Amino acid sequence: MDGPPILSMKGISKEYFGNQVLKNVDLTVKPGEIHALVGENGAGKSTLMNILFGMPVIHTTGGFKGEVEIAGEKVSIANPHQAMEHGIGMVHQEFMLIPDFTITENIKVGREIGRPTLFSRIFGPAMDILDRQAMRRDARKALSRIGLNIEEYVKVAGLPIGFKQFVEIAREIDKTGIKLLVFDEPTAVLAETEADRLLEIMKMITDQGIAIIFITHRLDEVKAVADSLTILRDGELVERARTEDVSVTEIAGKMIGRKVERLVELSDTCRVCDMETTALELENFSVDMPGEQVKGMDVSIYKGEIFGFGGLAGQGKIGVINGLMGLYPAQGDAFVFGEKLQLDKLGDALFKGVAFVSEDRRGVGLLLNESIERNVIFSTMQIHNRFLRKLGPFKLLNRKQAKKHTLDMIELLDIRCTGPQQKTGSLSGGNQQKVCLARALSMEPEILVVAEPTRGIDIGAKKLVLEHLVKINEELGMTIIMISSELVELRSVCDRIAIVAEGKIEQILPPDASDVAFGLAMSGMSDSVALEGGQA
Amino acid sequence: MSRMRLFMQRVGWPRVIIGLFFVLLVVASPLLGLKLTDVVSDVLRRWALFGILVLAMVPGVQSGIGLNFGVSLGIVAGLIGATTSIELAYRMGGPARPWTELGIAFLVAIPVALIFGWAYGHLLNRVKGSEMTVSTYVGFSAVAFSKIYWAVLPVKSGTLIFPYGGEGMRNTISLEGTYGGLLSDPDVTANQPGILKWMAFRIGGVSIPIGTILLFLFVCFLVWLFLRSKSGIALSAAGENELFTRSNAIKVDSKRLQGTILSTVLGAVGIIIYGQVYGFLQLYAAPLYMGFACVAAVLIGGATTRRATIVNVIIGTLLFQGILTTSLPVIQRLVPQGSRLSEVVRPIVSNGIILYALSKTKGGNQIEK
Repeated sequence: MDGPPILSMKGISKEYFGNQVLKNVDLTVKPGEIHALVGENGAGKSTLMNILFGMPVIHTTGGFKGEVEIAGEKVSIANPHQAMEHGIGMVHQEFMLIPDFTITENIKVGREIGRPTLFSRIFGPAMDILDRQAMRRDARKALSRIGLNIEEYVKVAGLPIGFKQFVEIAREIDKTGIKLLVFDEPTAVLAETEADRLLEIMKMITDQGIAIIFITHRLDEVKAVADSLTILRDGELVERARTEDVSVTEIAGKMIGRKVERLVELSDTCRVCDMETTALELENFSVDMPGEQVKGMDVSIYKGEIFGFGGLAGQGKIGVINGLMGLYPAQGDAFVFGEKLQLDKLGDALFKGVAFVSEDRRGVGLLLNESIERNVIFSTMQIHNRFLRKLGPFKLLNRKQAKKHTLDMIELLDIRCTGPQQKTGSLSGGNQQKVCLARALSMEPEILVVAEPTRGIDIGAKKLVLEHLVKINEELGMTIIMISSELVELRSVCDRIAIVAEGKIEQILPPDASDVAFGLAMSGMSDSVALEGGQA
Repeated sequence: MSRMRLFMQRVGWPRVIIGLFFVLLVVASPLLGLKLTDVVSDVLRRWALFGILVLAMVPGVQSGIGLNFGVSLGIVAGLIGATTSIELAYRMGGPARPWTELGIAFLVAIPVALIFGWAYGHLLNRVKGSEMTVSTYVGFSAVAFSKIYWAVLPVKSGTLIFPYGGEGMRNTISLEGTYGGLLSDPDVTANQPGILKWMAFRIGGVSIPIGTILLFLFVCFLVWLFLRSKSGIALSAAGENELFTRSNAIKVDSKRLQGTILSTVLGAVGIIIYGQVYGFLQLYAAPLYMGFACVAAVLIGGATTRRATIVNVIIGTLLFQGILTTSLPVIQRLVPQGSRLSEVVRPIVSNGIILYALSKTKGGNQIEK
């Protein structure tokens, strides 16, 4: 597998609106090798691939710096079609197949083989008759190249997910002159046996001289099939190595390693915790939330602690809370201070003292066309019947109380606004987050759940929001459950962090656990720490 | 200058333009030989007459079902109440008791509207996303079904019965002698005892239907109170952000149901008041396009398909009905070609305003900043 690299990207830098997402990254792939690209969410993997494919999103945001060479030749790829001409193909995570077409038609769509007719001589090749025989032969050939024994005239609609993925691969293989295939998280949607099969197919493809870029977060798969790998972290290249030279623990550690600034002294851990009392307990808890499935989770959270849920996107950490609040159908048992929640009753948790700040601030968390005041008091008024006065059959809003309370909250959380009547839609992200927080705090909950509290707000405001959470926890002894994609954030305030993988809790770790431990847990292979000695 | 611009922004261009047009028409009418007092009387009468029907749009929009084109359903319920009350009075015999008859009309119409609204609300909850299209069809089919009902009902009262067949109800039913003009016509109220005499009066030739105006404003006040109550605030939230509402343990569907029922009931009440002022009940095809007039009025008043307020209703009804009532006589004076022309111009004016109002709404993208 020596020789000139099939793909070499050098010194790639990219910024989106002043936000540096890639810093001087190199990526080299040799012919016929499987090259793994690993990193956390937001490490820059997708951006790098978007650059490779010349996606419009790159060019409309000011292009990128650096060079791309294909087979030793410098190229500039302006759009995905040019990428295809250079022999680069992509196997998508979501299948781009037409369900009512047969496998042959799906493989050859857009590249049909035609036979000239009288009409097409006059009106051009669009009027050619399809040469179904030739198309079928090509499809058959492509399918057998990946060892798939399936009739090419079957419609795609009824196929199992794994087969759909294989058809997608066959389509890419069938393109003439294909040199490099990108697999974007291909095993994420597959069952275990299908995933194994896919890995075999990947090897078969590379045996035919086609190189593969394998994007994944499953480190065991990287170990199993990849020849070499590139690790990205926060848009920077951390390491390029041959797979046999690094252990899984090393990969995991390098994927995560980042400086953590602790906002709460570790010695103070569980300073207000009451380890005797369980605030929230989940037993065999499952949530059917599309893209965030929770599959039988068990966890106990103690009174007064700051408990974190971390893990990669799509693994189910967001699903937990949405199921708990009754926004998505949930099964299993959930107890709040020993009281069982009726999961089929909308918002039962709210009545039992749980308040919730949604991860989707603009979609779920706020009434954007209403005033700050209306937003802040809404939940308290609806759930606890406060800020109301009776007038005949009507329970009317008590404007005076509502205004006073809102002013208190604006002062407490330092919400920057023109007054309680300002519409929340015109506030900045950080201040919107504070309004959401104010709404939750107004309910005087015993358990406060915050999902992605710092998403989309600037760095200064991030720290303020986190400090507020710690203050609330310390002063009021409120139990706080925090869900975040940013591990650094969780490690800076939480007492314990549960890493969610595949809808279950992979491991509960202390915030000062090693980077390796976190990295492995996120990849769903915490067991291998013991196997490999677990040092980093 | 900037204050001027701020004012324009608050009021909105469509209202400024239509308002100026309206003022122009009113100013032009005496110059063309129309009596200004008559014009003003007409505008006031039409405003009071249509107000509650337009108000029926508010709970619908606020609860998220959009502009309720199906308000015809409520109108049919109101007409059922109104005609039932006349038939009952006839069967009971005795002297005319207009106030009792008006009361019975409401007593019958409101429960019918509750039932209609309940069924209609359930339907709308199943067609989320295309409520406005479905509600238009519901309005049309409600009118179509009601035609069968009017034609076959075994009424006995002479005012209701179809003169030639002797079966079913007639097209236009006069309310003279029952509750027609009870709260709006100075000639009718003059014969009423005590304070009821003051339900309508003339000042310098302008007749003021104060009873109807007060009733309209009172119903507006009730709806305003409701929208500021716990339940009403939840209803408004359901219309603005479904997920937000659900995350606060409020069932969005039942709030939408509530809004639809309220809208239907207001439609029923509205048509009875309409008949009371107008002096006639119009059955069969008459309610077919009333939904459009209500929608147009509230849109001109500044509502969108997602937000509507009481102020939108009051201003919108005045502008829409005002233009409609003043434009026709003015045009007739300008082009004196007999009454034919007005038949042509009337739909052009009313549909033109509807079109203009619809083109000025921003539809569903109000949620964005």
